[in-house]
Amino acid sequence: MTEKILFNVVQVLVVMLVSPLVKGVLNRLKEAVQSKRGPSIFQPYRDIWKLFHKDEVISDSATWIFRLAPYVVFITPVFVALLIPVLTGYPLFFAFMGDMLGGGFILALGGFFATLAAVDAANPYGAMGASRTRMVGFLAEPVFMIVFFTVSFVAGSTIPYIVHKHWVNPPDNFFEPSHVLLMLAFLMLIIAETGRLPVDNPSGHFELAMIDESKGLEYSGRGAALMKWGGSMKFLVLVCIYLNVVVTPWGLAQGESLGELLLAIPLVFLKVFVFVVVLVVIESSLAKLRLFRITEFLGGAFITSVAAMITRLLEG
Amino acid sequence: MTDLQANTELLTKLNGLAAGLFLLTAFGMIAMRQVLACLKLFVWQSILLAASATILGFQHSSVHLFVVAVITVGTKSILIPWLLVRLVSQEAYARREISQVLNIPTSLLLGMALVILAYFASSPLLGASQDPFVRMNLPVGTAGVLLGAYAVVVRREAVPQVIGLLAMENGSFLAGICIAPDLPIIAELAAAFDVLIIALVMGLLTRRIRERTGMTVVGKLASLKED
Repeated sequence: MTEKILFNVVQVLVVMLVSPLVKGVLNRLKEAVQSKRGPSIFQPYRDIWKLFHKDEVISDSATWIFRLAPYVVFITPVFVALLIPVLTGYPLFFAFMGDMLGGGFILALGGFFATLAAVDAANPYGAMGASRTRMVGFLAEPVFMIVFFTVSFVAGSTIPYIVHKHWVNPPDNFFEPSHVLLMLAFLMLIIAETGRLPVDNPSGHFELAMIDESKGLEYSGRGAALMKWGGSMKFLVLVCIYLNVVVTPWGLAQGESLGELLLAIPLVFLKVFVFVVVLVVIESSLAKLRLFRITEFLGGAFITSVAAMITRLLEG
Repeated sequence: MTDLQANTELLTKLNGLAAGLFLLTAFGMIAMRQVLACLKLFVWQSILLAASATILGFQHSSVHLFVVAVITVGTKSILIPWLLVRLVSQEAYARREISQVLNIPTSLLLGMALVILAYFASSPLLGASQDPFVRMNLPVGTAGVLLGAYAVVVRREAVPQVIGLLAMENGSFLAGICIAPDLPIIAELAAAFDVLIIALVMGLLTRRIRERTGMTVVGKLASLKED
């Protein structure tokens, strides 16, 4: 019992400490593809450190929502990290507190507060970005729903620890058509939700074209640090859900000893690294979509998830 | 015996995967804006059809199906794309936007309705067979036919219409190979040759249209006749 609580805490700590590194590796690789040297992979840590030591400036017209939002954005991925398998293949202390749908709702709460805060600061770019984020969000929502329905339909549960066992037990299940199509649909969702390239350009500096970035423009000092850190944690949490629940539970700790848990950290990081490489390939080979083409991108994701559902029905 | 059973299970899943991706490419052909992307998707669809035929060939230990796979790859993913690219001028492929009667999200939703229709249309037949391959290929093939027909109706360009027609043929093939795995080779050859000739004739027709009117947007031809 105490062990499981301890493991849960370790899991949260790993998500908190590793997430800036994942962002750093991603940025470095992207620059390397463009034949630039790129910033050090530890640059996100330095950014966060620097921002924590700076003064915070808050607009006079901002209300309590603006002050609260960075904490909500920071804390919601931590909560989700308690629910999902990050390092262990067996359920931990909080595993049955919520299923994948619950995790999705908690992440959506963070997104909701970030949107409110963007409107609250009365910066015109913030409101624009907020409305665009909502547009992407409400197009992504039905895809999320169909993905969860299909998962629960195929695996008979929405608890992530039960779902991920299904894909490799027996190993043939990995090639199940609904599994492969789900992986595709969820990948498109992660790209849309975390503001990656065909949908949004994370390294763009042009405010009029921003979707995700413009929500944090008004923050400075500690608020900005928390928003940045929370953003990278959300990314890592979504990637963990994708890799450990939707794809396979390979590399997770199976035994209940501390050694296995520590061994799982590099293995999971290796998986995340492979995913990051795939993401870099996608981001470097596609151009940003026009705003109203995002409907088509997410329409494609929707069709993919529905095709997963239909092939499952046909298998009978 | 258990070994054989496990083998069948894996083959069923792989066949299902090929069929699922086949369905996805059929959707892609009504969602793509570029002509060249449509053509590439058609090539992929044909390769998936060949994959499904190969898997069924293993299952039924039938040489005919391997031949079908080889013919499909040969004609549909090499010869026909080559013919279409050669016959129609590059200008038709360079343009980035294909005009459509309905916008793409609506098309995708209608396509989904067509897939559900295909499922219900083929479900009375599915009751007769317990073969998992038939259960997968017959509805997906029917859906492929309907989606191809939809592409023909909705697109205003000549080349995507030809591709839609060929996609219909792909769909009927996918349904056909699971119902009649032992079709004589002569029939397969005749079908493949027919498709090739269809592509050739329609490619030539498109070329003529372009020579006469300077474009391949067949949706506008009705208004041209009036003046």
